[in-house]
This record gives sequence, C-alpha cells and structure tokens, in this order.
Amino acid sequence: MKTTSSIVSILNDPIIIRRRHWRMLKDKLAKHAMTIGGISIIFCILLIFFYLLYVVWPLLLPAQMQVLHTLKVPAPTAGETVFLATEEQGEIGVRFTSKGHAVFFSLKNGAIISDNALAPAEATVTSFAAADPAGSVVAFGLNDGRMIVVKRVFDVSYPKNVRVIAPRLEYPLGKDPLRVDDHGKALTRLGVQVGEETHTVAAVTEDNRLVVTQLKKESSFLEESETLQRSSGELSLQQSQITHLRLEKEQRRLYMADQEGYIWQVSLQESTAPQIVHQVRVVGPQDQITSLEFLTEDISLLVGDSQGHITQWFLKRDANNNQILTKVREFDGQKAAITAIAPEERRKSFAAADKTGQVGIYHTTANRTVLITSASDSAIPQMVFAPRGNLLLVEDDAGNVLTWKVRNDHPEVSWSGLWQKVWYENYENPEYIWQSSASTNDFEPKFSLMPLAFGTLKAAFYAMLIAVPIAVLGAIYTAYFMAPRMRKIVKPTIEIMAALPTVVLGFLAGLWLAPAMEDYLVGMFTLLIGLPIGVLCFAVMWHYLPKGIRYHIPGGWEAALLIPVILFISWLSITLSHPLEVWLFGGNIRHWITTELGMRFDQRNALVVGIAMGMAVIPNIFSISEDAVFSVPKHLTVGSLALGATPWQTMTRVVILTASPGIFSAVMIGMGRAVGETMIVLMATGNTPVMEWNVFEGLRTLAANIAVEMPEAEVNSTHFRILFLSGLVLFIFTFFFNTLAEVVRQRLRRKYSSL
Amino acid sequence: MKHWWNSGEPWIWLTAASVTVSILAVVSLLLLIIWQGLGHFWPASVMEAEYQDHDGKITVLGEVRGEEVVPASRLQEMGIVVKGDLVTRYLLKTGNREILGMDFRWVLAENLQQQRYPKEVIVIERREWGNFYGYLQAVKEEGKVVSEGPEAWVELQTRLDRTLTLYEEIRNISKYDIGKVNHGLEQLRLVQRRLELNNDTDPAKQQQLADERVVLQARFEELNQQLANLYQAVNRDSFSAKVMDGRVVDISLANVVKVYRPNSLSGPEKLGFYVMKFWEFVSDEPREANTEGGIFPAIFGTVIMVLIMSVMVTPFGVIAAVYLHEYAKQNFLTRTIRVAVNNLAGIPSIVYGVFGLGFFVYFIGAKIDLWFFPEALPAPTFGTPGLLWASITLALLTLPVVIVSTEEGLARIPKSIREGSLALGATKAETLWRTVIPMASPAIMTGLILAIARAAGEVAPLMLVGVVKLAPALAIDNNTPFLHLDRKFMHLGFHIYDVGFQSPNVEAGRPLVYATAFLLVTVIVVLNLAAIWIRNQLREKYKALETA
Repeated sequence: MKTTSSIVSILNDPIIIRRRHWRMLKDKLAKHAMTIGGISIIFCILLIFFYLLYVVWPLLLPAQMQVLHTLKVPAPTAGETVFLATEEQGEIGVRFTSKGHAVFFSLKNGAIISDNALAPAEATVTSFAAADPAGSVVAFGLNDGRMIVVKRVFDVSYPKNVRVIAPRLEYPLGKDPLRVDDHGKALTRLGVQVGEETHTVAAVTEDNRLVVTQLKKESSFLEESETLQRSSGELSLQQSQITHLRLEKEQRRLYMADQEGYIWQVSLQESTAPQIVHQVRVVGPQDQITSLEFLTEDISLLVGDSQGHITQWFLKRDANNNQILTKVREFDGQKAAITAIAPEERRKSFAAADKTGQVGIYHTTANRTVLITSASDSAIPQMVFAPRGNLLLVEDDAGNVLTWKVRNDHPEVSWSGLWQKVWYENYENPEYIWQSSASTNDFEPKFSLMPLAFGTLKAAFYAMLIAVPIAVLGAIYTAYFMAPRMRKIVKPTIEIMAALPTVVLGFLAGLWLAPAMEDYLVGMFTLLIGLPIGVLCFAVMWHYLPKGIRYHIPGGWEAALLIPVILFISWLSITLSHPLEVWLFGGNIRHWITTELGMRFDQRNALVVGIAMGMAVIPNIFSISEDAVFSVPKHLTVGSLALGATPWQTMTRVVILTASPGIFSAVMIGMGRAVGETMIVLMATGNTPVMEWNVFEGLRTLAANIAVEMPEAEVNSTHFRILFLSGLVLFIFTFFFNTLAEVVRQRLRRKYSSL
Repeated sequence: MKHWWNSGEPWIWLTAASVTVSILAVVSLLLLIIWQGLGHFWPASVMEAEYQDHDGKITVLGEVRGEEVVPASRLQEMGIVVKGDLVTRYLLKTGNREILGMDFRWVLAENLQQQRYPKEVIVIERREWGNFYGYLQAVKEEGKVVSEGPEAWVELQTRLDRTLTLYEEIRNISKYDIGKVNHGLEQLRLVQRRLELNNDTDPAKQQQLADERVVLQARFEELNQQLANLYQAVNRDSFSAKVMDGRVVDISLANVVKVYRPNSLSGPEKLGFYVMKFWEFVSDEPREANTEGGIFPAIFGTVIMVLIMSVMVTPFGVIAAVYLHEYAKQNFLTRTIRVAVNNLAGIPSIVYGVFGLGFFVYFIGAKIDLWFFPEALPAPTFGTPGLLWASITLALLTLPVVIVSTEEGLARIPKSIREGSLALGATKAETLWRTVIPMASPAIMTGLILAIARAAGEVAPLMLVGVVKLAPALAIDNNTPFLHLDRKFMHLGFHIYDVGFQSPNVEAGRPLVYATAFLLVTVIVVLNLAAIWIRNQLREKYKALETA
C-alpha cells in the first residue's frame, strides 16, 4: 500500500499537476490548431469560388437610379426648353430655349448662373439642332433662313484647391448669323455638324425644301488665314411633312422622319446635290415616329414610336449592294409613346422616356433592358445623359428639372450577349465575336464567350482524341501484360512526363513541332496510318518466327521489342514525306489543302495543340487508369483464365469491365486538365478566336484568353469582370469533372474492397 | 492465323505499341531538349563560301545553324527559282545585323562554292546588334592605328581585358552605388511625404531631411563624375574589321563582350570555351531583349520565389494532412475535405492566377498600401503584382501536393508505433510531435520536393501575379530591408515564353530558349527523381517495420 500512496503522492505533487495541465493544454491546443488547419482547406476552395463570384456579381446587378435634385425650371420666361445639357462633373446644367436663350444654372439649387439671349432682335427662332455631343455645339434656325451656331464651354480651374466651373459660350462659326437658305425662308427643321475641316448644315424650310450647306475650311498660304468656302444644294420634299432631321457626324448622310412613319436616307456625297437614297417604313401602320436619335458614334438610329416601341436600325448592304436601313433589334419595355431618347456618350446604352413619365435604360449590343422606372408623373419631353453616363437630366411637363443619379456599371453584359449571336454595328449578320478592345474610339466591345468556349472544347477534344487511346491502351498493357521488371522503369518514366513543365511543352510545340509538322505534314499522316499497320505486320512476323527465337524472349516484353519497329516506321515516314508530297500533292500540301479542300491552314493549329496537350494529359490518364486496372482483384482474372479464356478475352470481358469506372474517372481528370491548360495553348496556337472545327486552324481558349488579356484589362471594368467570369466558368467546369471523377473512384475503391 | 487473330494477340501488340509510343515520345523530347540546349554553347566553325545569289555572286560568312530538304515548289512559292523536286538549304547565321539588316539567311546548298574555314575569322559577341563575323584589320586608340596585321590579334586581347575591367567598374558604380543613392533619395521622399500626410511640420525634421538630401546629392554628383571619366576611358579603344561583303567597319571595344577565333580553336580549347559559355549563361545578366547573355536573374527569381513558397506551403500542408489523418473522424466532412483537396489540385492554374490577382493584389495588397504605405500612393507598393503575391499564389496551388504526400506518409506508419507511444502515457500531441511526424518527415520532404518541382515549372498564374520579362533589380540587394517582397521578378518558365514568343528576334533567341528549357527540365526532372527515390526508400523502410 505504501508504494501506491507514494506514487499517488508523487502524481499529486503540485509541480507534476501543473505539468500535466500544461501537457493537456498543449494537446488541446494542438488539436484545435490542426482542426482549424484542416477546415481552412475547405475555406480556401470556398474563398476562391466566392471571391470569383464576388467579382463577377456586379455584372448581374440591374442599374439603379435615384433622384439627387429636383428643381423648378429656371428662368421660365426665357421660353420652353428645346435641349438640356450638363458637363463632366454634373454640377452645372444648361437649357437652350425656344426663344433662343442659353440658360446656365446650378443643378444643385437651380440658381441661374447666366441667361444669354442668342437670337438677333430682328429674327425669331424656328428650329434647333444639337451636333455630336463630344463637340458641345448647338444651332438655332431662324425665320429668315439664317442660323446661329454656339458652343458651350465649361472652364475648370482650381483656385485654392477647390474646383470651380465657369460656363461660357463660344461661336465656332462667328457671332453673326449664317445664311443657310438663299431664299430666306424660315428653317423648320435643322441639323448641324461641326468638324475639323468641314461643317455641314441641313435644314427643312417652311416651303418644304431640304437645303444643305457645306462650309469647307480653306487656308491660304500667303495670308496664313483661313476662309470658309461655302457650297450648297437643295431638294424639294413635295408634300411630305418632316418631323425629325438627323445629320450624322461624318457628314456623309442624313436621315429624316416624316409624319407617315417613314425614314428617308439622304446621301450628301455631293453636297451640292443631296440625293434621297431610299425610304423605309419603320413603325406599324397606325403608329408614328415620335422620337429619332443616333446611338453614340452615329452608326445606328434609334426610333421611338407612339406605341412605346424602340427599334434600332443601321445600314446593311442588300443583294444589289445598296446600303439599306435594316431593323436590328427592338425594345418593348415601355407602353406609351416615346417622347425622348437620350443616348450615352461613351457606351452603346441609351435611355428612353415616354408620355407617362416612365424612363427605361437599355443597352443595344447586349440587347438588354437594364432598368425601367417611373421618373415623373407627367410626360418627359427633354432628357439627356451627363457625359460620363452617371447622371440623367430630365425635364417633365410639370415644369420640373430632375437630376437622377444613375448607377449603371455593366450594361454591356447579358446572357444573350455572352452566349448567343449578336448583330454588331457594321456587320452583315448576327455573329459570335470576341473582340474586347480596339485601337479606335468608335468601337463596340464584343464580348461573346462562345468562340472562347468553342476553342476550349476544340483544343480539349483534339487533345483527348490523341491522349485517350494511347494512355488507356498503354495503361491496360502496363498493368496487365507487361513484365514487372519493365513496369518498374515505365511507370516512373511516365510520371516524369507528368512533371514536365507545360511551358516547355508549349514552347516545343510552337517553335519546333509546328514548323516541323508543316514541313512533314504528309509524313505525319503516313505515320498515323503506318504505325498500327507496321506493328501488326511485325506481330504476324513474330508469330511465325521459329519457337526457339520466340521463347527466348519471355512474354511481357512486347513493348521493348517494338522500339526499333516504331523508330523504323517513324524514320521511314519522315524520309518519304517530301518525295510523297512531290508525288501526290505537287510538292506543296499546304497549297493543296487550301485550294482543293478549301480549308484554311495555320502553322500553329489545333493538331499541334492536340499533340502537345495530348502529351501533357497522357500521364494523368495513364497513371490513374493503370492504378484502376492493376488493382482489379487477382482472383477474378485468374478465374477467367482458368475457365479457358485467352488473356485478351479476360482483359475485355472481365478486367476492363471491372476497372471501367476508374478509367472513366481518369478520362474525366484528363479532360479537366486539358480544358484548363494555358501555356501550351497560348504558345502552340495563333490565339485567334474563330469558330471552326478545322484541324488546321488556330483557336483561342478561355484560359489563354485570360492570360493574354488580363494584364491589360482595366480593374473593375466590364472586361475585367468578364475575364473573371471566364475564370469562374473554368473553375466550375473542372470542379464538376473532378468531383465526378473522385466520387466514381471512391465508389470503385469500396467495390474492390468488398470483392 | 485466324486462331491467332481471334485470340486477341494483335490487340495486345497494339496496346504494347501505345506504351512504346509514349515512352519514345518522352525520351525523344528530353533528348531534343538536351541536344538543342547544350549544343548552343559549342563554338561552331565559321564557314566562308562563294554564293550564287539571284542578284549575282557574293561571299557569305557565317555559322551553319540548320539544314533542311524542302520540295522545290515551296521555294518557288516564295519566288526562288530552283531546279529539281527537292533542294537542300542551309540556315546561315551571318550576324552583323546593323550592316546586313538581318542575322540569318537561308542559302541553297547547290549554289554554294569554295566552302572554306579560314583560321583568322573572328567572332565578336557584342552588347548590341548581336554577333559580328569578320576579319580583324587594325586596333586603334583614339582613332589612331596602333597595331595592324597578325599582331593586332594579341593587341586586341590585352586592350579588351582593360576595357572589360573598366566596364565592370562602370557596372558596379551604376548598379550598386548609384542604386543605393537613388534608394536613399526615394526613402527621404517617402519620409517627407509621410510627414506631410501626418501634418507634421516640425522644422527640425525638415532640416534633417534636407541635410541628408544634400549629402546624397553630393554623393550622386561625385559618382556621376566618376562614371563620366570611366566612360571616357572605356571608349578609348576601337578596332576595324572587314565584313563579308568587303566593307571595313569600326567597332568600339566598349561594345564588345567577347572575341574569339572559332576556326583556330583546338579541341580542348573548344571544350574550355564551352564550359566558360555555359557558366556565363547561368551567371550573367541577359542582353539585347533577353536574346543574348545569361539568365541569372531568372534563375535567382525562380529560386527565391520557390523558397518563399516552401516556407508557406509546408506548415499548412502538414497541418491539414495531420488533421485529416490523425484528428478528424472519418465522416462526411473528411470525405468532403478530401474531395476538396483533390479538386484544388485539379483547378486550372490560370484560375489561381486570376484569384491571386483579384484577391491578393487588388484586394489585400490595396488595403496594405492604404494602411502601411500611404506615403507612396498613388504608386502602389503591395497593390501591384510582385514576389510576395506570386509566392502565396503558388503556395495555394501546391498545397494539395504536400497534403496528399504527407497523408500517404502518415498512413504508412504502423498503428503499433502510435499505440506504443500512447500506452507509455504520451498525449496525442506528444505522440505526433515526437514519433509520428519525425517518421513521416521523408514523406513531407517528398511532398515538398514535388511542390517545388511543380512551382518551378508553373508559368500561367505567375504571368498575372508578378513575373516580368526584365526586372530592373533583384529581390535581394544591399538596400534595407534587403529582401524586397514587393518587387517584380524574372522566372525561368516565363523567360522561355517571353523570349520564344514575344521577342522581336525569335530566331536569334531560340538557342537560348532551348538552353533555358534544358536547365528548367533538368532541375524539375532531378527534383522528381529525388522525390521518387525518397518515396521508394520510405516504402522499403516501412515494409521492414511491418514485418518486424
């Protein structure tokens, strides 16, 4: 008893107890630390997924609008508003009126900054026109056939680090009214564009003539001064009642809308002789055109009708090579007559207001109705976007000027825009196109993911076409027929192949294989056909060899025996390649493919990618399917052989059937790898986003596209988020295939252990 | 025969053929890289010949870099008229880019006559315009001839040695000394900006900053003066040489890296030259848009990134594996984690790059800049791709490799060992720390080696999170804090991509790309073989333990 108590007393020694507590604490701490570490793996996966989603999410959000300021129309005595505008910062607005005034006012409180009367005292204003918004020029047409052109200018200065914006007016064509109509009739409709070298004015007069006046700058070297050379022409419009006149900023054609719902296309190729090219009815039989505007860059026309439909039209060549206005798409979000259309200055978005005070925001390329909301209780005759597209200035019939803040970050994206054919401006037909940026400003970004998804699948398809047979057949042989000693060498060799950096494979594919294959294309194909035939011939020969020689080499070494055979066949194909090319294809198979088969031929094509990426995928598929075949329980195969089946029969009827889920999961994993592989595709293809199954043409995959464009994408722009979206698509795609493969493999493992 | 066919024997041969094809593909790939990569450094003989061009007879001088047989019609497509169906042509590196307009030209074998290898041909590696091939005429000092004829060669050697020493001095001053001054000035600017941000207008501090600035400025002036003197000295000597079309040109020695006469080198000399070139390749900096010179910065960048990554990935990977194998109950959650780990391994690497760019660089990096480096804004410090983010991204990428390997190692440790330790009264943590983890350490090592091999070869994510084609400064230098995690770096894999595909002169850069690929592949294959070897050793060891 004494010993026990002494042990107990030692164990109860305070130092020991403290130490024991400390050890237990450490144990607990370790446990928690490990648990946290383990769970954080799941957290990592979730983090990647949710972060990608977090970046992509804003693409899916609708636009938001909220009222910032509501004002009474400033200086109402100056006349009705014919045009509203604001500047970059959205602090100061300007109202051009029917009496020829320009009223600058603060958007915050409605305080009038200046009220400028522009029309000369002897004349009255009869029409108004706004030129391209980037130039900030407007014009008033007068009742004596003259007009005044003014430009609004906002001077920004920073005295004491505070931004001060001072508005003023400039007269780009001189302060005196300019003569437009030589007969001095009142101008009822007006269109104007002021360019670098040429200015054009088009007007409809009260006696129904279309008058076009062009002013060309002519600089004389002697006096170093510039004079304006005036030329003009006219056209009778008979009885038509023109309601809208829009002159495009290139000054080559103008469009007029009439009371009957027709749009007239007038060519100004010869400024002295305007010519009606054609007329087209753009609204239903009972409806009228109530609003007509250019979409930014003046390629498309937006037509609003009395039913609330908005349609987009642009010129398309018809069978006779004439450019005809064609309806491209329609927006039916609004129900009452469209009273105003406000295009955004820098994107292909626009806003439309109707008679009931509803405002809709749309994007043409994406064919998307971004938002429809009620902006006022009464009709909205005037509406304009701020240059940055973040403010919408609205004047309603109740005499209010409302400033709406618009949050519309990514209108360019819609399901149909990403995955369906889109009819882009200046294209003949709807198409799938990926073109995220261009050198010019008047550019419509084309974000169709279809060519990229197609390229991804095409590359993966050709890679699998090459990798699956080689890897799976090789795995079957290695696991089942091969001699163990040889297997010990083969397996690590193929594992090494898996470790080869893809950048090296891609580099060899792009700089060595692609030119070599172009050179020896015929040899490639003879090799493809010759290899199985040659191997079979050798097998037959081997079968008929005297037994003495045959038994000298034990079974399971066939692969080693084939090394010289395959080397010989390869050598033969390469050597015969050029003579065969001369003999069969006139010495130039590239030429033959392009002319006889009508296929494009790129040096870096899908076949090169298929072979290179096949090389990258073979080891993955090989090692997993080899494992699956090798771990098929021995008693199954032994039983089959004992019942008299040949080894091959055992293979096909027993082993493959049992191992098929494993082989399936191997193929899935290989597929996942092929889909996401970046460097090989980047280097071995021309990275052209085309949609052709042609083996001899290049492609661009989602992954390569990210690698190419991500460094240049502006952070948080639509382009940036779409690249993240393609990352997310890749993530989900591979996640799906890998999970599938993993589940199948775990099932298989359980099945084997029960056998 | 029919019986043989029905037995399925032919199919077995076909399956055997697919193994052979894969093995041959791997082996020939490796041989190709070795051959092309190592061949580049051998001093090739320079051939001179009379060549019948379509505009007449000319003399060509250059190294034969390739030979091919092409169908004649393909040449006719390019506007070259030849006889016969097939023609042989050589790719000749003629160098002298600034004189001839191109480095390489194809010549038809049949039009080459009087091929000869003159002993006195010199090859000059230059700092710009690529190689020069020609005949030495005279050595000049300040434009005056000091040596002509056969003695010129010896004179050239001694003068080149002097110039190279001076050049090295220039490099040291402009890179290290002036770099240090610039760094100091930049630090002063940041300190001042920080004071401004904190509204600290203490005149004493301002004065101190101004004083320090004056000192640095003075040092800068002094160094600049030194540099100017050195430049003058380095530009003293030049030589004139005759090129293949008979023109005589003057070349400043300051522009010369190396001069040799390949046709007069003996076998051992060639070998010595070869070793020297190879050493230069791994230890020197790149020249001429990376198409010439060495790849030291790329090797350095790869190594440092992999090291930082290893420091991060090992503890996390081991902890996760220990949790999965030792602590977690084998239930749905663990199964999910295992699937998750396998998934993590299957996600395309470019997605990691996208994630790293968005999350680490633009999200966390921007926050770090805002909190810790406001004085440098709007120039980002960590809010831009760099070494740290690249390492973390790759650590995430290689995490599954370490986890899987460690778990495999843990699974191989016999239960008896754990139970023995527990029975002796050790807690679970003690058992793990004292017995299990030490026994699993070779497995951890294997995982780490595989992770390193994977990280060294990965390029796609790095393109987004920090690799550049030419980094002005290494990540480690003699300016505080010595290790610059925010810097961009060069990488072997990216170097291959960049020189092979983005460079303006792909043909000239190609041998270097092969050499780089050879280096990269060697490192990765060696690492993998090491991992396989350790794993096999481990298996043997535990087999012994289990049977004992």
